[in-house]
Formats: sequence, C-alpha cells, structure tokens
Amino acid sequence: MYQGIKISGFGGQGVISAGYLLAQAGMMEGKEVSFFPAYGAEMRGGTANCSVVVASDEVTTPIVTSPDTAIVLNEPSLAKFEPTVKPGGLLIINSSLVNSKATRTDIKVIYVPCNQVAGELGNAKIMNMVALGAFAAATGAITIDAIAKALPKVYKKLKPEVIELNVKALKRGAEFKLN
Amino acid sequence: MAEKKLMKGNEALAEGAIRAGCRFFAGYPITPQNEVPEYMSWRLPQVNGAFVQAESEVSAINMVYGAAATGVRCMTSSSSPGISLKQEGISYCAGADLPVFIGNVMRGGPGLGNIAGAQGDYWQATRGGGHGDYRTFVMAPNSVTEMANFPHKCFEVSFKYRIPSMVLADGIIGQMMEPVEFKHPEVDVKTLVEPDWAIGVNGGRAKRIVKSYDLREGYLEVMVNERVKRYKQIEASETLYEEKMMDDAEIAIVAYGTSARVSVAAMKLAREKGLKVGLFRPITLWPFPKARLVELSKRVKKFLVVEMSLGQMVEDVQLALNGRAEVHLHAKPGASVMTADEVYRTMDNIVKKGAKEYAAAK
Repeated sequence: MYQGIKISGFGGQGVISAGYLLAQAGMMEGKEVSFFPAYGAEMRGGTANCSVVVASDEVTTPIVTSPDTAIVLNEPSLAKFEPTVKPGGLLIINSSLVNSKATRTDIKVIYVPCNQVAGELGNAKIMNMVALGAFAAATGAITIDAIAKALPKVYKKLKPEVIELNVKALKRGAEFKLN
Repeated sequence: MAEKKLMKGNEALAEGAIRAGCRFFAGYPITPQNEVPEYMSWRLPQVNGAFVQAESEVSAINMVYGAAATGVRCMTSSSSPGISLKQEGISYCAGADLPVFIGNVMRGGPGLGNIAGAQGDYWQATRGGGHGDYRTFVMAPNSVTEMANFPHKCFEVSFKYRIPSMVLADGIIGQMMEPVEFKHPEVDVKTLVEPDWAIGVNGGRAKRIVKSYDLREGYLEVMVNERVKRYKQIEASETLYEEKMMDDAEIAIVAYGTSARVSVAAMKLAREKGLKVGLFRPITLWPFPKARLVELSKRVKKFLVVEMSLGQMVEDVQLALNGRAEVHLHAKPGASVMTADEVYRTMDNIVKKGAKEYAAAK
C-alpha cells in the first residue's frame, strides 16, 4: 500500500493540521509516513497545501506530485490539483465551497459538504475532519480509529469534549461514499 | 522500543545537536531553517546551554568561533544566502582548526533566490566557500532520522580532526516531518575532556592561543601541510555512502538528499519496467566516496547523477571515475524538484541511445 495524498484549501481551513494529523495517525498505526507542508508565502485566506504519504513500505519522495488522493477544500484547489490525480485515483471535493464539478472521468470523485456537516455538528472549525473521515472510509489507508487516537497528540491543548466533536465529524465524513 | 515521534527535519537537527553535546548556538533567522534557532531558543536553556540570536549571520559565525575556541560543542545554522555571509568566518574557523558545527538548509539561489528547497550549495560546501586552502567535513542527510543523528558524527569528526563540519540539507528535508529515531546515546557533557588547545580561565598552565595565522616566514605552509595530513586521514577513514540494489545494477544513479529520495522512486519504476537500476548515495560529500565509485565502475558502465542544481556533484563523479564509465546528468536547478517519472525517462533515453549507438557501430 502506498498512498500519496495532497490536501489543499484556504489558509485557516486546517489543511496543514489535517496533513500532520494523517501522518501522526499513520505512524501510530505502524505505517511508514511523511508530511511535507508547502511553506511559501502562505497566509490566512491564501491557498495552502501539503503532501502526506502513508505506506506499508519505505516512503520515497515526500513531495506528492501525482497524488493517489487529492482532498480539495476550495475552488482554486480543484483547478490546480484535479489534473494531477493519478488515473484511477480519488478526488474528494468540499462541495460546500466548491461549486464546480470534477471534469475527469478516469478518477473516482466524492462530494462532501464539509462546511455544512461541520455546521450541523456545531463547530465550523472541524470541517477538515469531515474530509478526513471521507478519505479514511474510501481508501482504507488509515482507520477512523487511528485518526481519533492521533488527535490528542497533534492538538495537545484540545479539551476532551472538543476531541469528541472531532471524532463525530470524522464519522460523519465516513458516511459519504462513492456514487 | 521508545515511542516513535513525528518530528520536523529542522527540529531533529537541533535536538540531535543538543543530544550530541551542543551547548552554544548563535544564529539569525532565515527560511527554511527557522525551526532550528526557534527550537534551540527554548531547548538549550533546559540543558544549561546558551542561545544567542545574533544581529547578523556574520556575528553568529564569529560568536561560534569564540565558543569553539573554549572547547565547547557549538553550532550555527542558516540557509544558503546566510551561509554565504558566514563564509569568511568558516574560513577563519578552518584556519584556526576550530571544531564548529554548521547547519545549511539549502534554498533556491543564486542571490535571494527563493525559499523552496534546493541543492545549489554543493560547490560552496565541498570546495570551501571562503578563501584559502581548507576543507570542511560535509554530511548530506536524506531523512529526518539522519538530520537527528548526523550532528553526533559531525561533532565527533570535528573534535577528532579539528575541522569545521557541516550538515548540508535541502529545504525539503528541513521542512518535512517523519518518524524520527535518535540512534546515539545522549552525550553527557560532563564526561567530555577539555581539548589541549582550548582557551579559558585556567591559572598556571602554559599559554594557549587560537589563531588562524603564523606570520613567521614559511610557517603558513607548515600549518596548511599539517592540516592536509588530517584531511588525508579523514578521507581514509570517515567517508560514508549507501547503496541500494547495486548488486546487479547496469545503471547507477548517484544522488544525495531529497534527490536520492526521488531517485529511489525512479529506481523502483525502472525496475518494474525491466531496467536494472541501482542507487549510490554519497552520505559524506566531502570526503566524497571516490574509491567506491571507482570500484563500482569495474562492473557498472553507466552512471546518472541526479541533483537539484545545474550540475555540481556531477563534477565529483567525473573526477572520481576519470573516464572509466559514462557519466550522465539529470539536473533540476532553480529550487524545483524532479519527479520520479522524469528521472525514469532520462534513464530510458540513456539505455535506448546506448542501444542505438551499439547498433550503429555494428
């Protein structure tokens, strides 16, 4: 198993922390992992992205140029990363903010209204967890359980009830399946 | 086994230096190595060390010159443009035989360049970017774990041979996170013996002077030649490299740092398609593993150098092989990273071109 993942969205959507969390979860599950944040002139409101690799064997390059899975949380990210997904790969689109549809037919696409689901759960900040939940369920590269266990390692100051809310968001995300 | 920890390359470099006994750090901020001074700023006081944010890179390297002269394990770090500023100081450290440890987390250049990862400082690091005849011991990590463990080796070599040492990483290795493993037991600084050249407050003993010159007629030559003996010892006993799938390889990729990581992916791709490719990764860039390359060239006739620069390390490979085998280059300058696919296509072309030439010769 070798999953190269690209996560992209606005700065402030939790793109970087979602990537860090995936890597932490993968490591705790005994997999080989790497996490590489784009560290250019990113700022709140600008577009940020990161590369994560979760593998059963050695991680080669930490920079994911043709991802097995791309998670796009805003409109500019769809335009930028849809063309890069490997044929047969997976594209997860945050349909709350991305109005366009995927144009490629050689990849799998899941539309997840991340912001809407997070809103229903009462905390807009956990929209990135909804996307990760969908990723975990669709790829099996990592379990929801592992991500839940990694949460307190990455967000050290979070209260237990907020962690619980994040886990709920992961589980809700996992309900969004391929059409 | 200890719990695995996810760590950023830059933080691992800083923690690795502290575990190796570093107790003084001076530096000045620059992307993509800012996590090094940031980490040092809170971590060094915990171990009774001292952290100074200097007013410039030039100050930082000279502070480290002073600290090293007292025999303490010390470090400075920066990224490419900042390392350029330190070159005068590095030359003085080399001239005064001071065991300073320097981290360079390379970014794009020349000039201001950009803040993305690059490998454009190979020449500067291995040829000596400062003036005069000197060498620095240069290690090139390709993982966070190597970032964590190379400071130990650098301090060891630096103190044994009285030579500045450098970890030459690229911005990607500095910025990425990976599970990290610290392989060396933590150095207890109380057990370190004060070197017999170190200056300090010690009434009664013979006067010691640390300096990078001797103005007596003919003595500079004596100093440099004495240093050359140590350089030869380092070349003979401290050269490090790694090989992957070289046993049956017909093409050897030569790459370090992030380029070596991409090359592993390219090698796997090539193997799937039937090309017998192996990887030769220099771990010390100076001393460069020349002898092993010569040995390999008895069997391997095609070498492909892959580097994130315009073609710098390729010259060391050519010098080592000296016409014994074909040397090809896949260069990616300008702070961008080659893809495994691109490297594979280069290898494919080399093989196809070779076949065509063979057919033509027939």
